[in-house]
Amino acid sequence: MEYEPVIGLEVHAQMLTRSKIFCACSTAFGGDPNTHACPVCTGQPGSLPVLNQKVVEYTIRAALATHGAIAPYSLFARKNYFYPDLPKGYQISQYELPLSSAGFVDIQVDEDKKRIGIIRIHMEEDAGKLMHDLSTERGAHSYVDFNRTGVPLIEIVSAPEMHTPEEAAAYLRKLRSILMFLDICDGNMEEGSFRCDANISLRPKGQKTLGVKTELKNMNSFRNVQRALDYEIRRQTALLDQGERILQETRLWDAARGVTSSMRGKEEAHDYRYFPDPDLVPIVVDPEWIAAIKAGLPELPDTKKERFIREYGIPEYDAEVLTSSKPLANYYEACLQVYAKPKIVSNWIMSELLRELKRDEREIEEGPVPAQNLAEMLKLIDEGLISGKIAKSVFEEMYRTGKKAEEVVKEKGWVQVTDTSAIEKSIEEILAKNPKEVEEYKKGKEKLFGFFVGQVMKATQGKANPQLVNELLKKNLMVS
Amino acid sequence: MEFCQMTAHRLGELLRRKEITSKEITRSVFDRIEKVEDRIHSYITLLPDLALKQAAEADARIQKGEAEPLTGIPVAIKDLICTQGIRTTCGSHILDNFVPTYDATVTVRLKKAGAVFVGKTNMDEFAMGSSTENSHFGPTRNPWDLERIPGGSSGGSAAAVAAGECILSLGSDTGGSIRQPAACCGIVGLKPTYGRVSRYGLVAFASSLDQIGPFAKDVEDAALMLNAISGYEPRDSTSVNLPVPDYTKFLINDIRGMVLGVPREAFGEGIDPEVEATVREAIRTLEKLGAKMVDVSLPHSEYAVAVYYIIAPAEASSNLARYDGVKYGFRARGAYDLLEMYKETRSQGFGSEVKRRIMLGTYALSAGYYDAYYRKASQVRTLIGRDFEKAFAQCDALILPTAPTPAFKLGEKVDDPLQMYLSDIYTIPCNLAGLPGLSLPCGFAKSGLPIGLQVLGNHFQEEKILRVADAYERNTDHHLRKPNL
Repeated sequence: MEYEPVIGLEVHAQMLTRSKIFCACSTAFGGDPNTHACPVCTGQPGSLPVLNQKVVEYTIRAALATHGAIAPYSLFARKNYFYPDLPKGYQISQYELPLSSAGFVDIQVDEDKKRIGIIRIHMEEDAGKLMHDLSTERGAHSYVDFNRTGVPLIEIVSAPEMHTPEEAAAYLRKLRSILMFLDICDGNMEEGSFRCDANISLRPKGQKTLGVKTELKNMNSFRNVQRALDYEIRRQTALLDQGERILQETRLWDAARGVTSSMRGKEEAHDYRYFPDPDLVPIVVDPEWIAAIKAGLPELPDTKKERFIREYGIPEYDAEVLTSSKPLANYYEACLQVYAKPKIVSNWIMSELLRELKRDEREIEEGPVPAQNLAEMLKLIDEGLISGKIAKSVFEEMYRTGKKAEEVVKEKGWVQVTDTSAIEKSIEEILAKNPKEVEEYKKGKEKLFGFFVGQVMKATQGKANPQLVNELLKKNLMVS
Repeated sequence: MEFCQMTAHRLGELLRRKEITSKEITRSVFDRIEKVEDRIHSYITLLPDLALKQAAEADARIQKGEAEPLTGIPVAIKDLICTQGIRTTCGSHILDNFVPTYDATVTVRLKKAGAVFVGKTNMDEFAMGSSTENSHFGPTRNPWDLERIPGGSSGGSAAAVAAGECILSLGSDTGGSIRQPAACCGIVGLKPTYGRVSRYGLVAFASSLDQIGPFAKDVEDAALMLNAISGYEPRDSTSVNLPVPDYTKFLINDIRGMVLGVPREAFGEGIDPEVEATVREAIRTLEKLGAKMVDVSLPHSEYAVAVYYIIAPAEASSNLARYDGVKYGFRARGAYDLLEMYKETRSQGFGSEVKRRIMLGTYALSAGYYDAYYRKASQVRTLIGRDFEKAFAQCDALILPTAPTPAFKLGEKVDDPLQMYLSDIYTIPCNLAGLPGLSLPCGFAKSGLPIGLQVLGNHFQEEKILRVADAYERNTDHHLRKPNL
């Protein structure tokens, strides 16, 4: 039978505030264990949480950027469960009245555009980190690092409106890009500042009611989300085809083995016993504050894309790629400041620069070619100092060394030869050396023209201006 | 009279006139402790060295003329208020080795005021109880009758003041844990409005109900302590940013024209006839002093105990989850895995009443029961609050008994939790509504046991209940009687 997958995603994004959500401890990543910890975030008896206003502001930013409604009154709730990385025995989260609901993001897969609903966005605190040492002489020990407890997170819950792994990946990319455009999340999936769990079920094509879902965890890249969903679709399809039932359960993705395996079933699911946290007062957001936050929102990917198409006349595909991340869009516009030919810049970024970055798995901010340098190199082509062909080598060298185009050109002696007499001298020599070919050319074998160009370019080590070579060759061949 | 039997305001005068020193008062208190503590057991931890050091510092401060009203006054602190470097047990085995790394806000305020710390007082484990029998460290006894309970959960703090083992003390009140022991021990106890005193550093029992407040020998002393501990503090999100008046300014011995409400429900089923007669007599006294008495009704208060025993355990089940053996306190040895460590630590670390309430609360919050229990209880709580709103539209304060009976015998109710819970029938509604309430002595039963009169006020109107209580006190002498130890 043919099945339709139904996918919903829960994203946890770490907010880029300097201090934690309920205390003044630093959120900096990578400190020595338990150096960013205080009575509040280690759950000392008698300690109390106080809400970091910045977290509310960032959440409102995320909500407005995804067209969500801001609740005039919302509550924190306690999610109760026991685990050593959870010092209070409960996580402060939001449950019945989240800060935002009913948003959406627009995605595009190939030519298809789609709108994916966001059910809710809420604030919560992160848990700590466990470290297991199996090697000590006294026997195995486990340690808890509370540096991460209380780091602010937002949870963004999508509607179950995606039907392919590609759509899920597109949604995640879009969401991540929006959060990064807003400067509220660094989007780092490996360090866990942007994490995703997926709910997936299958139903016979055409059926309205949802099938039994599984929840997938432990996917730390877009690729793994896609792989895990692909696997799960195959697994569930096979089960259904054999007439078996899908169990409602939580499954862990194993990236090394490329499979999901059951972590806990429905019976073992926690009863979190949510209730409003009596230590925190209701969040009542002033509409004027929302308006101020809205007014301060930066240009977001969709708007920027439309503007790039409109203002720079580049194709939609180019605009989509260039606005997929804020640093990339900024890079593009910085180039245009110096060199105002949008399509040429776009071509160079999309083909040369992004290829190099992708190969080295580097981000554009880490790239060794600043926008200014790329733009100046493009100017050198227009000025005739280097050829478009040589420019590719110049660019590679700039990328490798971090040097400016002019330096590279000078060091390597790649300046284009535009001196007519030098080129003519070279042509004369070539024609003298190859009388047979000259004869044949004159008899009508015009294909040989390319041979002569090649020889001249070779003799000038590729630096001769190709246009000049063409002109002068034609002239010389006619004469001789 | 020995210094230890005197009030803080009287001792403060003598200190400022330099007729006595804080060291002398402190010695008097520790002499008294020496004599009576083994019979009463008010304290879990005594701090004689710290107290004498603080007394010396207070004396130096007084010499410089920089004394505040509590400078040099020996105070006792309930053992669920965090004191940096001083063990804070909550009366529980699970925290019997817990030494806080920080001071509660009230601790900081008392230190700044120059108070002298006598010790940490005994209590029902995690403040769950009405008799102080649920302490891991053994019960406290009532100074008026050693066979009887001092009330609870702040029984140690109440008994210490009544027995002269300190001048003032702090307790906490979640469902009556200050007012009921004050009544049992014949002293003044005040639960402030929810949000008046910072809860930062108060080990939570039921966060939406807990409030720290004073025990004192008279109303003026209670006002002095309230002055010292009240006020907004940003580390407690539920503390309220309202100015704190000097509460002693309202002790004017004049209640003419004040309107006092007597709830129709105040003398219900189960009330001891002597308590009823004594409280009715107190109401007549207030009337004679010029107050206008009106009948009011709190129709939903009959559900208060039921509502309380859903909400308080629900919050407690979550608040007490942190005692898991991982970070501090007791950890059971020998567990072979995490789950067993949790189970053994909590089974061995908590006493039976605490376990009962954790189970009650866990049940009330469970999927499928939440709506019927926790949500319903929250709704009724709102109705109870509205009853009070209506009542306070007609009057300045409410007058009712503090407890249905005088102090009962040790062991009498310990096996009957429901009877024990009913000890708080008159004190619980005030916590559910977040109101301030005060208990002061209004007479004695034939047995010689004190009886408490409860005065409740509207939110942040502590001055009104203090004014009523002070006028009553100045025109009666119940507060002057001392237990014979």
